[in-house]
Amino acid sequence: MASSTDSNVKGENSQVSYKKYINTKTDRVLQSKKHANDIFDVIEYLQSEKDKEVIFATNACSKVFCQLFYRGDLYVGDLPEEEDLVNGDRSAEEKYRIFMRHRYSNCVELLLENIGHKAFQVKETSLCALMKFVAAEGKHPLQNLDEHYNFPRELLQTLVEHLLSEKEDMSLLISRFQEFLEMDDVRYYVMSSVRDNIYRVMGRNKKAVIPVYQNNVFTLLSTINVPSEASKMKHFLVRQDCKFEHKRAFEQMWLVFLKFKLPSNMYKKILVILHESIMPQMSDPTLLIDFLSAAYDIGGAISLLSLNGLFILIHKHNLDYPDFYKKLYSLLDPSIFHVKYRARFFHLVNIFLSSTHLPAYLVAAFVKRFARLSLTAPPTSLLILLPFICNLIRRHPSCRVLIHRPSTAEEPCDDPYVMEEEDPAQCHALESSLWEIKTLQKHYHPDVAKAAMKINEPLTEQEDDISELLELSTFELMERELKAERKTIPLEFDTATELLKSSREVLGVHFSLE
Amino acid sequence: MMRKQQTFSRGLSDKVRKSKAAPEIQKNPFEVKINRKKFDVLGRKSKHDVGLPGVSRSRAIQKRKDTLLKEFRLKDKNNTFIDRRFGEYDSKLTPEEKILQRFTLERQRTQDRKDMYNLNEEEELTHYGQSLAEMEKMTDVIDSDSDSEEKGLLSAELTATHFGGGGGLLRKKSAGDEEEEHKPRSRQELIEELIFKSKQEKRERQTQKEEAQELTEKLDQEWKSIQNLLAHKTPKAERTDETDKPKLDQYDMMVRELGFEMKAQPSEKLKSAEELAREERQRLQTLEADRLKRMMGDAEEDAVQTNTHVSADDMNDGFILDGDDRKTLAYKDGKWNIEGEEEEKEDEDGDEEGGEEEDEDDEDDAEGEDDEEEEGEDDEEDDADEDHCDLQSDEGSEDEDGQGAEEEQLCAEEPPAVSEEQKKAAQEAARAELPYTFPAPESYSDLKQLLQGHGSEQQRLILDRTLKCNHPSLSAGNKAKLQKLFGFLLEYVGDLATQNPPDLRTVSALIPQICGLCQMFPEAACKAVQTLLSDSGHSMEETLEVKGRAPMPDLDMLVLLKITALLFPSSDFRHPVTTPAFLFLSQALTRCAVVSLEDVCKGLVLCCLALEYVSLSQRIFPELLNFLLGLLHLTVSDKHNMGTAVCVCVCVCVCVCVSVSQVFLNQCRISILLCVDLIITLLCDLHREILDAIPEKPSQHAPLVFKKKKPIPLKLFTPKIVQILDYGKKRGNTKEEKERERLKHKYKREFKGALREIRKDTRFLAREKLSDVMSRDAERKRKVKELYGSLATQEGEWKALKRKNRK
Repeated sequence: MASSTDSNVKGENSQVSYKKYINTKTDRVLQSKKHANDIFDVIEYLQSEKDKEVIFATNACSKVFCQLFYRGDLYVGDLPEEEDLVNGDRSAEEKYRIFMRHRYSNCVELLLENIGHKAFQVKETSLCALMKFVAAEGKHPLQNLDEHYNFPRELLQTLVEHLLSEKEDMSLLISRFQEFLEMDDVRYYVMSSVRDNIYRVMGRNKKAVIPVYQNNVFTLLSTINVPSEASKMKHFLVRQDCKFEHKRAFEQMWLVFLKFKLPSNMYKKILVILHESIMPQMSDPTLLIDFLSAAYDIGGAISLLSLNGLFILIHKHNLDYPDFYKKLYSLLDPSIFHVKYRARFFHLVNIFLSSTHLPAYLVAAFVKRFARLSLTAPPTSLLILLPFICNLIRRHPSCRVLIHRPSTAEEPCDDPYVMEEEDPAQCHALESSLWEIKTLQKHYHPDVAKAAMKINEPLTEQEDDISELLELSTFELMERELKAERKTIPLEFDTATELLKSSREVLGVHFSLE
Repeated sequence: MMRKQQTFSRGLSDKVRKSKAAPEIQKNPFEVKINRKKFDVLGRKSKHDVGLPGVSRSRAIQKRKDTLLKEFRLKDKNNTFIDRRFGEYDSKLTPEEKILQRFTLERQRTQDRKDMYNLNEEEELTHYGQSLAEMEKMTDVIDSDSDSEEKGLLSAELTATHFGGGGGLLRKKSAGDEEEEHKPRSRQELIEELIFKSKQEKRERQTQKEEAQELTEKLDQEWKSIQNLLAHKTPKAERTDETDKPKLDQYDMMVRELGFEMKAQPSEKLKSAEELAREERQRLQTLEADRLKRMMGDAEEDAVQTNTHVSADDMNDGFILDGDDRKTLAYKDGKWNIEGEEEEKEDEDGDEEGGEEEDEDDEDDAEGEDDEEEEGEDDEEDDADEDHCDLQSDEGSEDEDGQGAEEEQLCAEEPPAVSEEQKKAAQEAARAELPYTFPAPESYSDLKQLLQGHGSEQQRLILDRTLKCNHPSLSAGNKAKLQKLFGFLLEYVGDLATQNPPDLRTVSALIPQICGLCQMFPEAACKAVQTLLSDSGHSMEETLEVKGRAPMPDLDMLVLLKITALLFPSSDFRHPVTTPAFLFLSQALTRCAVVSLEDVCKGLVLCCLALEYVSLSQRIFPELLNFLLGLLHLTVSDKHNMGTAVCVCVCVCVCVCVSVSQVFLNQCRISILLCVDLIITLLCDLHREILDAIPEKPSQHAPLVFKKKKPIPLKLFTPKIVQILDYGKKRGNTKEEKERERLKHKYKREFKGALREIRKDTRFLAREKLSDVMSRDAERKRKVKELYGSLATQEGEWKALKRKNRK
């Protein structure tokens, strides 16, 4: 008991003591130039082991240096070496300013290091302090090169460099950084520095994949939103009037990022947001074609996702994509029913095949392939697929021969359709029939069987709406079944006497109790 | 003159009407007027084809004379009351003042002495305006009573003779003279006699009345004297009543009992064994037909035809034995026969099992032996029989992880063959220990307490007795209790399956009870199974969402799915329990990750279950094929890790699966072949079998054609025939319209009738007035003539006197 209180007291004492200490030091530094050397003690705390001390010291430093910026106590212009200071014949005032400028750069270095600190709070306060410095430097530029162009680019660039770490996931800090990106000038310079940074880092790594770094870059990039009109830009960290080409910077940044090879999950992440948040903000989205076609060629889920971007390009930007449908056709394999993006895919395929000007052989090939794939599909997919196939046949009456070929005698023949053929023109789909759907009429799920039953009769004119089926999950299907009100519940009439002995025993044939 | 004649003739006709009987008049052709009909409508009855205008006119005139004429005569001659009360119409006076004034006036009037000097005159005391002195004189209270009595008597006896009798006499007289001759007494005599009689009666009644009054007075007095006595005695009287009543009741009861007594009803004929069997078979046939209908669902009516031959087979092969309802699915033979030898063999096995259920022990022994033999054989030669495969698989699984895969053991490990006597003895011993009645458990823990610590056979017994003790017919609350019990039982079964090691033997023992309960309460059972299914489905969905993959369902779920298959028909097109169970199976087979051998085993159990679910309905289960294919690929890719046993097991399942899914895909076939080729060295026999099972040629398909539809018939222009039930009546479309139409018509008719009556009234009145005037004129003329006459005689006399005087 005593010991604990003792330690508490001690802890408090130490806490109080370092706070007091730092406060007195900062006060002294600000009070008179005589105590300038006390700044060393404050800066020393930035390297402390304890997080709280670091945070307190960071706040103190930002306070001191902002004050100094305000007073103009920092040297402006090219900084002479500290060693030269003793030799040179400068006034004491000048010496003091040069000294303080050196301390400032020391402090900035330490803060940048702290960005890579273990504790998030330290990171956060360091970031805030640095951004305060950026603002202060913008108001009181340290280099007097140009009156109109006094944004502290170098500082921001180094900040971004530290932010986009190659070793650590900085997503939390980046999301904190997002609030500064509201400022238009900050955003603009961040974008340009990110671009340079990517060039530099990827060049250094010889274009190999660096997942952590790229993830950080992606997190940063995805937080950047360019306002649609330049007139809306009113928030500036540093007041200035010059116009920025935001869209161009945004576009270049993304293009540079996408130019390099990416990890596959990064592809998915980018493609998911591509059509919503990236393409509309670009001045010329057609430049994305290289990326998209590369992604489309990768195959699997990435190809499915890249469809969306491609569609926008084709649809709105008049892009001519040769063999689009051929590639789309080759994308269809059993995995499409099990990927996460099934709903999006079917939505898009529905749009792609909605044109009534498509040739009949192509639609027939798609229909046939979907039908063949449906033999392995789960019921939720089947409930999308069957109305979809029916819709396709409705849109293209020339494909009706697939479900209705009255001329030939009813003699069984081999299916002329070639599943392995990649080219929809060569797969003889129009000569085939949709026996797969006929098979699915015996599906175990009643809704599926009913949907498949529709091909027995001439299809109605009205197309089925598949949009609400897209997000259906198996459990929802089950719930729907469970909630349906039934009047009677039929029972098995031959009562069982044992677990593994019933009239149609399969389990009992292969397994037994024990 | 005309008028007179008319009245005279009318009077005569009236006389005729009065004197003649109605039918006589109706027969008289001069009285009858026949209304001519324009059309003769069949089935219509008209009231007005024959009329009696003379009669009806005279009746109408008579009526008018009685009513209208009287009113007319009294017109302007009625008395009217003039209210002369003081200040009645003076609004300035308040009621009190008014009354006071009136009172004073009244007083003044009474006080106003006619004779100033008469002092004796006193004020008369009144009550309600009647003098009290008068009232005191009227002592007789019963007078009014007697009056009424007299009236009643008069009306009862005398009226008939006075009026009706008189009428009768009159009629008799007018009818004819010959009747008079028969009568010994004259009319005068008769009347006298009547009067005398009535007088005598009156006298008698008077005396009777007096006597009665005296008697009543006397009775009253007596009553008063004994009233206080009676007051004490009444209870006694009541008591006597009471004693009477029970007797009556008893008798009544007896009578009623006899009336309601159950008459011996003709009992049903004692059925012979064949009849019983036939009935049973019929019942099963209807049930089976029902099942098939449900299997086809709503949309598929035409497909029923293809399956009907199956049930016909069922009837023909005589497979059903007496009283055994477990082997009804004989048509399965027909189905399975088509599919290949292998299945037939299986089927036979299955049938054997089915047959053995009754006399379990012996057969079990035999089967056990058989299996053991097979085992031996299998060990020697590497034959890929199914049982053998199972054996191998289980051995393999046991090797790798014993406790998880323990549950799926092979058939060879049948229960140890206990001799029948031993078993019976043991059972009896156990029974001796158990109490015979059990309360229905109120909660799951109750049930657990009840069942825990007993052997499986005992548990079954306990449950059996619980069910019997709490049969819903015994008490109202039992139903709810047993419904709850079903849920607890399922939970208990789940517990048994999850405990380590799982106690599946007990589960198996409890199956009959669960089945029985389910048959009793289908709704509750359905609810319970549905809840369990949805719960586990939900948890699987959640884990899928969180982790992206889910573990295979546990053994309790497998057992539940199996029980579901036992309780509910999985062949139905749509069923509240089995359809979700299908979805659950599908979800488990598609989304659950296979990471260990245990998972493989569970997956295979699921496959078997899925197969069992669709075995009757022959439905396609894509997930099953997918899973098996995936498993095969897995096996091929790292064959050394998984062990050959799994391969064999998988292959067996594929085999079965292939045979069941008649409609199956080229793709699937190819991949199976591929896989099988890879393990060919190990399992050439199996390979051969599978190749046998797979048809040589890829499946062929006829091009699809729409279902032939009946041509829609052309529209025919036959007249629309509407049945009219109410001829000649106003028809409206709706009820309100009809009613409205009817009322309008009625109003119109009434209005017309009223108008006509009014006209007739005025005409009648005019006629009466005219006749009045005429009679008055005639009177005046007569008087004038009289005057003239007297004057003439006077004149004559005067002239004669004058002449005389002149002379």
